[in-house]
Amino acid sequence: MSRRRDGTYRIELPEGERALLRALPGQLQSLLRSEPADPSLRRLFPPAYPVHPDNEQEYRELVGEDLLDGHLSALKLLASTADAETLDEEQLVAWMRALNQLRLVLGTRLDVDDESSGELPDPGDPDAEVRNVFIYLGWLQEQVVSALSVRGS
Amino acid sequence: MGPHAPPRLGWGAQPPKASRAWVGPHAGAVWRLTREDKDVAPATPAPAKTHRPSIDEDLSPDQPWQVVVWNDPINLMSYVTWVFQTLFGYGKPKAEKLMLDVHQKGRAVVSSGPRERAESDVFRLHAYGLWATMEKPS
Repeated sequence: MSRRRDGTYRIELPEGERALLRALPGQLQSLLRSEPADPSLRRLFPPAYPVHPDNEQEYRELVGEDLLDGHLSALKLLASTADAETLDEEQLVAWMRALNQLRLVLGTRLDVDDESSGELPDPGDPDAEVRNVFIYLGWLQEQVVSALSVRGS
Repeated sequence: MGPHAPPRLGWGAQPPKASRAWVGPHAGAVWRLTREDKDVAPATPAPAKTHRPSIDEDLSPDQPWQVVVWNDPINLMSYVTWVFQTLFGYGKPKAEKLMLDVHQKGRAVVSSGPRERAESDVFRLHAYGLWATMEKPS
């Protein structure tokens, strides 16, 4: 993943990884629409006012829908450009946001903590496959952040 | 990442804990219980709307609200730094300092201002998946 002189980004990923990027966003989109109260989604909608319920309710009413729309559109863009060899900056930022969402949800499901966030699963771990996906998405997000940071540094 | 990099399924150089990860053929089935996807939202995220006045408005209106970002084990350090640089226009040293404060002390005040502006900052941080709250300094 690298930035070209014209400001676009070259995306080189094997087909198996692109297949994952095509499949995962739609599943999270469905979950966001059908089970918005699912506990694994809580990190996508953090409270702004943890100790002021009235203010919090007001904040939710004000921005809740925009926040959901933003999450959904980033996921949609990742799925629809998963096969792209070139992305512009806005698209790559959407990739980064979508990858982060997927990691927040998977990480919540896996209950990762600071110590376990980068560890490979033990043999026989029933969550091994999800954990591998979580680690892969973190690696990929790191590449995206690094590519996007070239311009700013 | 150079043009001749090998196929990559691991963390790469850092963080060093895991060097390789394997993505299985059924890895797409993580959320198998969900229904089929329907139509989706517009492509551009909408900006935060402005704050509505309410009766329980700030007791001390001159005192600014502080926007706090909390440590979490999932968001990448490089990503958090990038978000601080991009959303607030901070230089890399300041953004990294704030990120490390979040990571090591558990929280950091990343901006402050009137309620409306603080709420807008919190919203933008939430849109990027950061765990942000707002509060009056005690």
